[in-house]
Amino acid sequence: MNQSVLAIGHQPMPTELSMPGVQHAAAAKAPADLYRRARQRAAREAFLLALPLLIFLLVTFVAPIAMLLARSVQNPEMAASMPQLTQVLQKWNGQGLPDEAAFAALGAELAAASESGALGTVARRLNFYQPEMRSLLMRSARNLPDAQTLLWKPALIEIDARWGEHETWRLIARATTSPTPDYLLEAVDARVDSSGSIVPAPAESAVYLKSFGQTIWTSAVVTLLCLVLAYPVAWRLATLPAQRSSKLMLLVIIPFWTSLLVRITAWYVMLQPSGVVNSVLMSLTIVTEPVPLLFNQVGVLIGMTHVMLPYMILAIYSVMKNVPPTYMRAAQSLGAHPVEAFLRVYVPQTLPGVGAGCFLVFVIALGYYITPALLGGAGDQMISQLIAQQTNELLNWGLAGALSAYLMVFTVAFYVIFNRLVGIDRLRLG
Amino acid sequence: MTVRLPSLRALTLSIAALTGISAASHAETLSVVTFGGAYEAAVKQAYFAPFTEKTKHDFTFESYSGGLAKLQAMVQAKSVTWDIVDLEMNDALRACDEGLLERFDAKLLGDTSDFLPGAISKCAAVSMVWSSVYAYDSTKFKVAPTAIADFFDLNKFPGKRGMRKSAKGSLEWALMADGVAKEDVYKHLSTQAGVDRAFKKLDTIKNQIVWWESGAQAPQLLADGAVSMVAAYNGRISDAVKQDGKPFKIVWDGQMYDYEWWGVPKGAKHAKLAAEFIAFASQPQSYAKLTQYIPYAPPRTKAISLIEQKRLDELPTAPANFQNALKVDAEFWTDKGDALGKQFQNWLTR
Repeated sequence: MNQSVLAIGHQPMPTELSMPGVQHAAAAKAPADLYRRARQRAAREAFLLALPLLIFLLVTFVAPIAMLLARSVQNPEMAASMPQLTQVLQKWNGQGLPDEAAFAALGAELAAASESGALGTVARRLNFYQPEMRSLLMRSARNLPDAQTLLWKPALIEIDARWGEHETWRLIARATTSPTPDYLLEAVDARVDSSGSIVPAPAESAVYLKSFGQTIWTSAVVTLLCLVLAYPVAWRLATLPAQRSSKLMLLVIIPFWTSLLVRITAWYVMLQPSGVVNSVLMSLTIVTEPVPLLFNQVGVLIGMTHVMLPYMILAIYSVMKNVPPTYMRAAQSLGAHPVEAFLRVYVPQTLPGVGAGCFLVFVIALGYYITPALLGGAGDQMISQLIAQQTNELLNWGLAGALSAYLMVFTVAFYVIFNRLVGIDRLRLG
Repeated sequence: MTVRLPSLRALTLSIAALTGISAASHAETLSVVTFGGAYEAAVKQAYFAPFTEKTKHDFTFESYSGGLAKLQAMVQAKSVTWDIVDLEMNDALRACDEGLLERFDAKLLGDTSDFLPGAISKCAAVSMVWSSVYAYDSTKFKVAPTAIADFFDLNKFPGKRGMRKSAKGSLEWALMADGVAKEDVYKHLSTQAGVDRAFKKLDTIKNQIVWWESGAQAPQLLADGAVSMVAAYNGRISDAVKQDGKPFKIVWDGQMYDYEWWGVPKGAKHAKLAAEFIAFASQPQSYAKLTQYIPYAPPRTKAISLIEQKRLDELPTAPANFQNALKVDAEFWTDKGDALGKQFQNWLTR
């Protein structure tokens, strides 16, 4: 109670509180209540001030991501363009071939979708399952018999024998089911086969697991390189007198402010076979022919490390600045060798900065796109390049959503690990 | 008060001028999207500037690197900001199938009997015929490469190779270099054995390949000395030779030619004007004019007689260049593109 009285001492006191004759117990309750109300008001004001930002984030960040993730389990194409067939197939037992009703619905809706221009969308969707599904639909739509046809089943099978195959109908039925696990499975190189069990994709078309591995590996190496390069720089920055350190800091900050593309292009110029690095190496006769520095892992690592370095330096520096230099001196005066004092007294105190820097660099690197695209070779595809390819070229937004979902799961997992090890509240820059 | 009134009127007038309500002119500004680079510069001079001169309608330009994602997003959101879009063959086909383009009325073109087969679809018209060829730096080799097989011959012609990072094109070339006749290329690619054969051929040069993704990178790689031979669009190479005086030579053997299209996005604000423009750009004179700026061929025979002989020889369709030319099968790629793209991706990281 004493505490709460002390606390409200700073709040503006309403006049009735100071009125004489108020009972002691009531007086104690009233200030607590008022305090709570004042706090609520303050919280409300803070919320209102943050509201524009919250709305902005909701509209431009949370909503698009949520929509993309939702796409990874949705199957809207068939239901929208062929509602009747979708309904019939929902009731199909999945054995053998569906009955005449399904064929009739297919025939009628092929004609309707072809007329309205929706057939392309359905065809694209089904082509994700199996190549040549698209041409099967397109060709069937072009060769449809008259509407008076009494039996659609033999008529459609005559147009293309694949309509008489169980597999064709199984895949169409899968495309009518929403939510679907298929995109999420495909994103880890798996699929559901005709017996209903989950099987890995054939070895020659497995792509994504390897790329996820490549992404994590590249991010980890970049993080390590950044740490090795940044730690001494940050230490120098933190120990120099203020005036000189701020000059040195400019060298860290200016690249940080420079456009990403400019920096990547500069590396491209530097690293190419006739570029600066190779010319110098060759004129010094260290090498006799140009070293391949571009379009391979080396190029990606150099480029990405350079881009990420400021994040690491700033994160470590901000912690180092607050480590009192007296501790090192104390350790040495107590008989520790300078190296031992550095390793056992100084380094442990900078670990929060190291953790924060590593987390930042690693997480940003996970989603990297432009640097590997411009400096990397064929084997250095990061997962975001594949996501972009699915989104832009192949228009498979379901798969793009599924790949993004996994990428986000990774990021959250690393966030949780980092939070356990270091604590997110220690993350600060500068 | 007397001071205020005129300024208010001036304000209204300037707003009217800005929003185009002004009675003085009815000129509109159409938004055009192309692949940029040398091609955009050429179409500006050959098609757009003359159209502006004739009709006073103006254009703004934006460049992209193909793909239908943005177009699809715009049409779905019913907020289309493009009026004319430059489309690759398979994109034009798919966009038309999926209802992303306005219907194109072929009657606007008048007599169309001299067009190449398939050069007018129900949604788009061909803007030119282009070709994927390979080019080399003539200062790098004593003996000049002449055939598509030479691109895969590292003993006779050592050095890095630049190729477009896509299954389309790479697989066809590999088979042609492996001795498959151009008529049989897609027959082979329809079987897994044929695809495997193509990858096996690509394996022989795999560690020498530098992959590019945007058309402008190809001549740049050759100019930088990063590669000794590069697969490229023929216009880009000619442009590098003409504009920058580069010692590049094109090998036409095994060229893969394809149509390029003009389409009008569904719901475009200036759809009618855009269609008028397409009709204007599809006249023989327009096609002939384009070849003055970039060697992409006209899709109709009437344009041929309007082109100088010297320029004709540089076009993909010139008889000497056209002997071993493969037409890219867009139907094949819209059907199999996803599956082959995946296998290609897998092969890249193998």
